[in-house]
Amino acid sequence: MAGTETERPPESGASPAGGAQKRDGAQGRDDAAELAGLEAGLDALDTRAQARIPLARTLREKALPPAVAVVLVLALWQSAFALELKPDYQLPSPLMVWDALAEEWYKGTILGVVWQSVSRGALGFLVALVVATPLGLLVARVKVVRAAIGPVLSGLQSLPSVAWVPAAIIWFGLTDATIYAVVLLGAVPSIANGLVAGVDRVQPLHLRAGKVIGATGLRGVRHVLLPAALPGYVSGLKQGWAFSWRSLMAAELIAISPELGVGLGQLLETGRVYQDMPLVLGAILLILLVGIGIELLLFAPMERRVLRNRGLLAAR
Amino acid sequence: MPTTLSAQDPEAAARPRAGDQQDRQRQAGYAAQLDGVSKSFGRPGARQQVLDGISLDVAPGEFVTLLGASGCGKSTLLNLVADLESPTEGTIDVPGGRPALMFQEHALFPWLTAGRNIELALRMRGVPKAERRQEAERLLTLVRLTGAYGKRVHELSGGMRQRVALARALAQDSQLLLMDEPFAALDAITRDVLHEELTRVWAETEVSVLFVTHNVREAVRLAERVVLLSSRPGRIAREWRVGIPQPRRIEDAEVSGLSVEITEELRGEIRRHGRH
Repeated sequence: MAGTETERPPESGASPAGGAQKRDGAQGRDDAAELAGLEAGLDALDTRAQARIPLARTLREKALPPAVAVVLVLALWQSAFALELKPDYQLPSPLMVWDALAEEWYKGTILGVVWQSVSRGALGFLVALVVATPLGLLVARVKVVRAAIGPVLSGLQSLPSVAWVPAAIIWFGLTDATIYAVVLLGAVPSIANGLVAGVDRVQPLHLRAGKVIGATGLRGVRHVLLPAALPGYVSGLKQGWAFSWRSLMAAELIAISPELGVGLGQLLETGRVYQDMPLVLGAILLILLVGIGIELLLFAPMERRVLRNRGLLAAR
Repeated sequence: MPTTLSAQDPEAAARPRAGDQQDRQRQAGYAAQLDGVSKSFGRPGARQQVLDGISLDVAPGEFVTLLGASGCGKSTLLNLVADLESPTEGTIDVPGGRPALMFQEHALFPWLTAGRNIELALRMRGVPKAERRQEAERLLTLVRLTGAYGKRVHELSGGMRQRVALARALAQDSQLLLMDEPFAALDAITRDVLHEELTRVWAETEVSVLFVTHNVREAVRLAERVVLLSSRPGRIAREWRVGIPQPRRIEDAEVSGLSVEITEELRGEIRRHGRH
């Protein structure tokens, strides 16, 4: 700044020759160059570079702790088995559970069973998405609708969806419709509530800015409101998937019929009927793995991306 | 940033304007006209009048600052002109179409890059897809942010964000730019630089500016005309034409001199409120 002072002391700056309103000639160009340089310096000083975290550190910090936890649980389980706290038909060893799953694998049915459930869960989730999104928007944006069904919608979230199974069976019999009805009743409230929460947290300033640039009505919803509400919406989707999967298992466990085919829920029930504890534990393990797998492979990366794009993930 | 193309070549930066809007403005002879504008908030019985009988013309291409202490309703006045709120009484005419508005916070959309923020404004204006990218790059160059197209909002400094916000406001191609204390949250050096940028961009684009601030020196540094508002309710207390030629600096003796005079007047206005 010292150079600036000598070049243009305040006294001379106040009265440039000619009194021209707009800068011209060499003087103007010098000013422009000086300003550009100053600005570039400010920009450089103020911008933070973000270093990428090395892979080895990511593995050490993110992958190691859960791996250790799993090993510890398995070790506890194995020692409980070795101490014979319970007879082995009630408390099998990890290896026995593994063998039960391997046996199902060699029968060649297990992939079909998993697929039956996953495809139902996915289809139910997608239908829930299509129903819940406009519903959530209506509740969030239309006062009357919010007053009318807002509390019911958030109340429904605390109703275990297994409670719907008897009603669904009476309505639809032992059909796929029963299962999908239960999945929808479980997932729709969480997705809709997530969207409502997301919309509620949208900064009013962004809505005003949208209005100023002419994003009003449906264009405002599409270009401002929905993207602004995306973080809440994505966490609603995540929870919606968890609820879909849970509800599906409850429905499959209770609604059993040859026409419905065999999903993971039915496999669990088969294990109970035959008092086959290794199979029961194996089925539980599979249900858990599918739930966690889809969360880790699909929803966690989606959420991370949304947050990172907005600079909300930086300092973690 | 070596490219100061727009600073040296005003022709390249002259924006294509929607012809009929400009015609309307030329016919009207003003960029904005406020006639007896009043605004009250609250329920009947407990009404609070914020603005009282404001009449003000902004000429095409003019730079006007609205100056006032807090509570004088200057932000409300901008919201009225921006059509975000409606006046209780009086009329507001903006012949050049929907005015652009810059806020104290950058108000950029964090889910879009800097360039995409500008493109959204272009899209809302109806600029065809094929032209948007180039136009956004041109506007970024105009505010000297060449190369910032793909930057996320959180990766930019406060001053850079406000420059992107300025570019987005210019993308609306409005004849009238409303600014609501846009530099109040910036540090002094950055603010100085942005004053120079704004003066330059204003000279190049011939846009009319209505700029709200509580900072007297800023008002004098930027404006051709300073309008002082009294508080509660806001009325026009006095006006000054600023004859000091651009480029000015905030530390110039003439800027200081006029600032001292206006500050005295502003203090007088504020003191009046302590008397009853």
